[in-house]
Amino acid sequence: MQIQYFRPPSVITKGICTFCAKMKKPYQISPLGDSALIIEWEQRIDETIHQKVMHTYQQLHTLNLPLIRDLIPSYASLTIVYDAGASEHCWQVVSAVAANAADNVTTNATLVTRSIEIPVCYHPSLGPDLEMLAAQRSITTEEVVQLHTQITYTVYMLGFLPGFPYMGTVNERIAAPRLSQPRLKVPAGSVGIAGAQTGIYPLDSPGGWNLIGQTPVRIFNTAGEHPCYFQPGDQVRFIPVSLSDFHELNNRHS
Amino acid sequence: MIQILQAGIMDTMQDMGRYGYQHLGINPGGAMDTVALAVANSLVGNEPGETAIELHFPASTLLFGNDILIALSGADFSATLNDEPIEINRPVFVMRESVLRFNSPVNGARCYLAVHGGFNLPEWLGSTGTNLKATAGGMEGRRLQRHDRLHFKQRTWRWKHQQLLPWKAETADFYRNGNTIRVIPGSGWPALQETSRLSFKENNFQLTPQSDRMGFRLQGPPLFSTNTQNLLSAGISRGTIQLLPNGQLIILMADHQTTGGYMRIAHIAGADLPMLSQINTGSSIYFSVIEHSLATRLLWQQQQALLVLQNACKLRLRHWSETKGLLTT
Repeated sequence: MQIQYFRPPSVITKGICTFCAKMKKPYQISPLGDSALIIEWEQRIDETIHQKVMHTYQQLHTLNLPLIRDLIPSYASLTIVYDAGASEHCWQVVSAVAANAADNVTTNATLVTRSIEIPVCYHPSLGPDLEMLAAQRSITTEEVVQLHTQITYTVYMLGFLPGFPYMGTVNERIAAPRLSQPRLKVPAGSVGIAGAQTGIYPLDSPGGWNLIGQTPVRIFNTAGEHPCYFQPGDQVRFIPVSLSDFHELNNRHS
Repeated sequence: MIQILQAGIMDTMQDMGRYGYQHLGINPGGAMDTVALAVANSLVGNEPGETAIELHFPASTLLFGNDILIALSGADFSATLNDEPIEINRPVFVMRESVLRFNSPVNGARCYLAVHGGFNLPEWLGSTGTNLKATAGGMEGRRLQRHDRLHFKQRTWRWKHQQLLPWKAETADFYRNGNTIRVIPGSGWPALQETSRLSFKENNFQLTPQSDRMGFRLQGPPLFSTNTQNLLSAGISRGTIQLLPNGQLIILMADHQTTGGYMRIAHIAGADLPMLSQINTGSSIYFSVIEHSLATRLLWQQQQALLVLQNACKLRLRHWSETKGLLTT
């Protein structure tokens, strides 16, 4: 098996292939089949790496190339899905455009992000793992809430379900592994913790995250022009609300 | 109008996919066999990506409320129209009050029914295809049920009787390789153990009953990677072959999640995705490893062949309708 399979020769000669010491590029581009490619930076969860992802994403998004069908930013990578049937040379074109965008990323450029506040009711009736988590960490539920609400989280990516935001980074004192036995039904709006990530279920669905509360905000709604409340890069803060406020807001949003 | 007399197990409205929303976690979906969708549409004079009905066996039984030109492509479920057999890959004039049944699965897994002019369905994010996860698009975001009514976008030509038009789309070239599926190595390929790489290329893999529009779960010799580190989740693509921790494989299909963190050992060549979509659960497939550049060329050639076919269909249909003096009503 020859390693050339992974990066067509034309690309290697252009120097897009990275993690090669002499190229010193902070990313590498590789095919993801014949209709997509992935730009990968150093593979760890880190705010500065994610900003490079988002810079590259925003540049390519602005270009609005007809060849490009989808751009999927994640923790430390950007996946580009393209219309490979449109031209025989899509890979060459898209990988060159991608490299150009990734090269343009400067550390001091400012990223356009949105700040979002999300009301969450941290009550055992809505967050069935809240008391267990507090007990495991020998802290009160109030401290769990305080630790969860004191951080402004970054939406690193959306995935798993339409509109599901993966946010980080959770304070290590309340970081918790996924449940060994996932629940068959987690209600929409449930706020959970998995590892050092926190997220919100947009739909009723099976799920294995530790549930600590629920938001009355409909974070996925097919009726609107913008079905998803979150987008990658959003800066999110959770605002604790009482059970009665939750029910009032819940009625208003439904 | 088409009315569903009896529901099939999994019939949905599908087009070429709802792209542009994967950064929000909304998967594109679309027809599993995009070639069959394009052929069915071409035969009735539509654009190749017009929304059609994707049928699985046992499929719905349909009652037509208007005269319409239709075509079936993809799987052969031995369809009958008012008890007369109708071939796939041929345009058919259907009279109102006709009943279309699918009697038994002859070959293939997914059949596409296109109607002249397309179906009148509400758009969601620029597409009328069904997204089951989001319960949006198509028929109320769900599979077709008994009593559903699918309206046509336009009224079609009138013709005096039920008739198979005298030409047929030749699609054998698109499905020539049978159960040998070509793949491009993925980023996890070099980390596979040598014996596992060999195993992947030489053994057959069976589609388990847990295979659906989201993914094909395969049963075969377990494969092992020398690198057991977890990957950070990343955006993934249709046709990606993931290695699960138990050594088994899953191929991501049309309704796959937008992100994933399993090792990507290979990717199905785009040109072979339609053929793969026609493999039934319980059947086995073989993998043949090819280069990225060849896969790109194959996909391009397939697109060109589809364009030629589309134009040929268009010309035949126009010529026939002119010589028969058909009226558009």
